[in-house]
Amino acid sequence: MKIMVTVKRVIDYAVKIRVKPDKTGVVTQNVKMSMNPFCEIALEEALRIRESGLASEVVAVSMGPSQCVDTLRTGLAMGADRGIHVEANDSMYPLFVAKILKKLVEIEKPGLLILGKQAIDDDCNQTGQMVAGLLNWPQGTFASKVVLDKEKQVATVDREVDDGIETLCLNLPAVITTDLRLNQPRYATLPNIMKAKSKPIKKFTPKELNVDIKPDLEIVEVTEPPKRKSGVLVFSVDELIEKLKHEANVI
Amino acid sequence: MFKLSSLLFKSKSKSKNALTIIRTFNNLQPCNASTHANSRVPISRNFCTAPERDSIEYDVVIVGAGPAGLSAAIRLKQLCRENDTDLSVCVLEKGSEVGAHILSGNVFEPRALDELLPQWKQQEAPISTPVSSDKFWFLTKNRAISLPSPFDNKGNYVISLSQLVRWMGAKAEELGVEIYPGFAASEILYDSDNKVIGIGTNDMGISKDGSKKETFQRGVEVKGQITLLSEGCRGSLSEQIMKKYNLREKGGAEHQTYALGIKEVWEIDEEKHQPGAVLHTLGWPLDHKTYGGSFLYHMKDRQISLGLVVALNYQNPFMNPYEEFQKFKHHPAIKPFLEGGTVIQYGARTLNEGGFQSVPYPVFPGGAIVGCSAGFLNVPKIKGTHTAMKSGMLAAEAAFGVFNEGLDMNTYWDALRNSWIWEELYKSRNYRPAFKYGLIPGLALSGLEHYILKGRHPITLKHGKPDHEATNAAELHSPIHYPKPDGVFSFDVPTSLHRFCNINSLLLLNVEN
Repeated sequence: MKIMVTVKRVIDYAVKIRVKPDKTGVVTQNVKMSMNPFCEIALEEALRIRESGLASEVVAVSMGPSQCVDTLRTGLAMGADRGIHVEANDSMYPLFVAKILKKLVEIEKPGLLILGKQAIDDDCNQTGQMVAGLLNWPQGTFASKVVLDKEKQVATVDREVDDGIETLCLNLPAVITTDLRLNQPRYATLPNIMKAKSKPIKKFTPKELNVDIKPDLEIVEVTEPPKRKSGVLVFSVDELIEKLKHEANVI
Repeated sequence: MFKLSSLLFKSKSKSKNALTIIRTFNNLQPCNASTHANSRVPISRNFCTAPERDSIEYDVVIVGAGPAGLSAAIRLKQLCRENDTDLSVCVLEKGSEVGAHILSGNVFEPRALDELLPQWKQQEAPISTPVSSDKFWFLTKNRAISLPSPFDNKGNYVISLSQLVRWMGAKAEELGVEIYPGFAASEILYDSDNKVIGIGTNDMGISKDGSKKETFQRGVEVKGQITLLSEGCRGSLSEQIMKKYNLREKGGAEHQTYALGIKEVWEIDEEKHQPGAVLHTLGWPLDHKTYGGSFLYHMKDRQISLGLVVALNYQNPFMNPYEEFQKFKHHPAIKPFLEGGTVIQYGARTLNEGGFQSVPYPVFPGGAIVGCSAGFLNVPKIKGTHTAMKSGMLAAEAAFGVFNEGLDMNTYWDALRNSWIWEELYKSRNYRPAFKYGLIPGLALSGLEHYILKGRHPITLKHGKPDHEATNAAELHSPIHYPKPDGVFSFDVPTSLHRFCNINSLLLLNVEN
């Protein structure tokens, strides 16, 4: 069985984000980029499934500008077998990613599609769900545990939901999106980084895949969140009510 | 040492001639007693039950992707092309990416870059802001007295060194250099003759108490016929090597002296921004016994870099260089620049000030030390990038001579002494030591050197005590009261550290000096 994993190139989680002076977006020039942490977890899960003998191949997919190849190489260094790069210089909104993934799934025919639950730059949390809808595949999102049964061709997924943990049983092929507590991704070792240079990366464009990625969303403005003001200590209930009434205007 | 199995790994070099380089992966080598006897890995991890390390071999291994290391790598590949041959060159960098751990003022003198990559302008190096003005102020608590500038920055540029290094990294990779960021060289490997044969990278995935986490990965051995150490000021491996082979005595050098540079990058108001403006100050907030000064450089995009450099032989143990820097920003001549601006980044780095008197013998069996790890910073000029780069180039030329003509690395020492690095360092050798007599005598002597003597006399002043011996007992000084940070111009340490976005890459290092 083949597993396909999406990896997204995003601004590194440790970077302090700044809004561009013209408010059209955030500063990305000279800023450190890395693989989306949830995508790392997705890839790690795919690698563990392959190492347990339940899958034969892990294919990493990334979409975006040419620098996405660096992200793919990191994925290959972690242990993915092959990479696919869909080159596009426009913003990759979730629906487009989902449509392109659908085409790639039709080409590659994986038994499992694993994605991170969301990207840390747009926090959309939509792609996994959309691609499951387009493919008409079952989905197990916010996975905190995944157990595969090859004989019965099902995946048992524990999902982290607001009420607690929900366990679903999905028929394969299925879509799984990973949450934080699923696993701890491995480090890419130096020999693996060197070996990854020779692993193949196939290139596509959205046009070749017959997907129209003309944006139907327009970013109007990006602003910083309001600065958090320090709290104020109150010493009596009367003072609290006074402040709530006249300063916070909530009662 | 015996090989149980080896994987032959053919790789095409990216050079014009497309020569193939055969690199061997030696797996399953048992622990070599001599390798580990000198390693800094704790004994508990030396047992042969520990997983053996993979070992990868190159012709030249360079530790540190900074200006010196990358200049050496680029020069090596250039020499290979000129001579129709090839060498495998590997650069290891502890930062998460090339340029991540680079911190410098920086007013850049392009002398070495002109020699290394003369087409740098056409190749779009991030050097675009020529120095437009050069001011020098003596600060008192409330005033700024303009003095004639001792610097000659004509032809120099205000740059971000980390951006330049990033660009150099890309150029090096284009020439076929392999650069691996995210891997710290944490130990030196020796053979049975005590010759350096390479380095070992750090183990990863170790928890705070030293036990192995789920994600534990053993480091690897990266071996080279020649190892060049370009770790920057007070590099951990370089210090070990200098101690082991007595390189200071061998070179007739004094101890190294250091300073701490604390820097912030601000984005300021358009009207206040003058691209290329260079300002240095002396005096307040430092007292007359403490050597140091500040800088304020205008880069492009409304950004300025400003900072305070404090020599670490200060006597008052209550003095806090970080707080002095915060105080400095409130000076009535400095504050106006920052009003209406936002601080973007913060960082700090040591630099060496020993100059000519402290350059150790830079060659050891199996390699050499380049850049600030040896210490080629020109103190009165406050520039060390151009000399670091030139030293890297000279080491590369010596290394190439080893492979191509069977020479030995000691030609690097000869080349250094015949180069403009030596000329510069010799001429400027007395400025810093003069300040051991105090600020005014120091200024007077420096003035004498600068305008009249220009180093053309046989006297070489010695340094004062080593920095750590210069700190006085607390009872001899009174505590200094530092104002509370106001959150607008001055900040507390946690806030600044939060801006020092490389702190996560610092956590990669777990075997350090």
